[in-house]
Amino acid sequence: MSQAEHLQEHGHPTPRKYVGVAIVLAILTAIEVTISYIDSLRSILVYVLLVLALVKFELVAAWFMHLRFDNAIFKRLFVTGIVTALLVFGVVLTYFFSHGGPAPSLGG
Amino acid sequence: MSAQEAQVTPVSDHHTSTGLDSVKMAMWAFLGSECLFFGSFISTYLLYRNSVTAGPKPHDVYNIPFTSVSSFVLLMSSLTMVLALSAIQRDDPRQMRVWLLATAMLGMVFISGQIYEFTSFVDEGLHLSTSTFGSSFFVLTGFHGAHVTVGILMLLTLVGMSFFGKLERGSRTVEMVGLYWHFVDIVWIVIFTVVYLIPSNH
Repeated sequence: MSQAEHLQEHGHPTPRKYVGVAIVLAILTAIEVTISYIDSLRSILVYVLLVLALVKFELVAAWFMHLRFDNAIFKRLFVTGIVTALLVFGVVLTYFFSHGGPAPSLGG
Repeated sequence: MSAQEAQVTPVSDHHTSTGLDSVKMAMWAFLGSECLFFGSFISTYLLYRNSVTAGPKPHDVYNIPFTSVSSFVLLMSSLTMVLALSAIQRDDPRQMRVWLLATAMLGMVFISGQIYEFTSFVDEGLHLSTSTFGSSFFVLTGFHGAHVTVGILMLLTLVGMSFFGKLERGSRTVEMVGLYWHFVDIVWIVIFTVVYLIPSNH
């Protein structure tokens, strides 16, 4: 059995599927850019943009980086990094805003 | 199993205490740590982007249509990268080289766009030391650009290795470089949304 057959037998996608994922990514990017210009969506814009970015992130990680098909431990390693980064951001945010917000300039 | 089949079987899965490829494990641990690296810069940018004490504000300098095209280019480079991996897994080194070169070319287009963008920002009066917005913007996007540049060098090295027959069949090396490249792409997905598309308070 060739490696290509071995991988496809274990659920690895075909080039056609990769192209399909890329088309979805391109469409999502077009949607992101378009809605960023729509003033009536201003109140929910941040949430919609974050959700779209999350979907794009997930598509690349799952399909192109093969996290969908690989051993779960690789996903855990990656998610640990993301969660720690979010925790750091939370701590920094809490610290700054409990001390009156970020300083206006590096020297100030 | 023939000698040829043995050569293309995924490497070292059965020779480690975890039963997993140690190099791949190390790569994912590295990418996890890179999340922290970029997470810190993104956090800093979010905290300081409204702290404009001098010079232009974010919406004065950003050119969303231009950056959207750059983002699209980088996104499509992920497709060419995964097609390169797919080609080498089908034992087609010629196709792999074509897709690797396409990925490197798209990366170079992205970097050229970033150089143009930085130059135009400097022309409009936004320097590294103009404001905390400028500092955090240039450090974040500059480090991302440096990562893309390293990725391009790795891609071109792979093409050279393949030409001289130094790349093993069903190459794990291509997969590892691919993981790095896709990571650089997903970091840009976040930067594009958080830095460029989400409006600042100004």
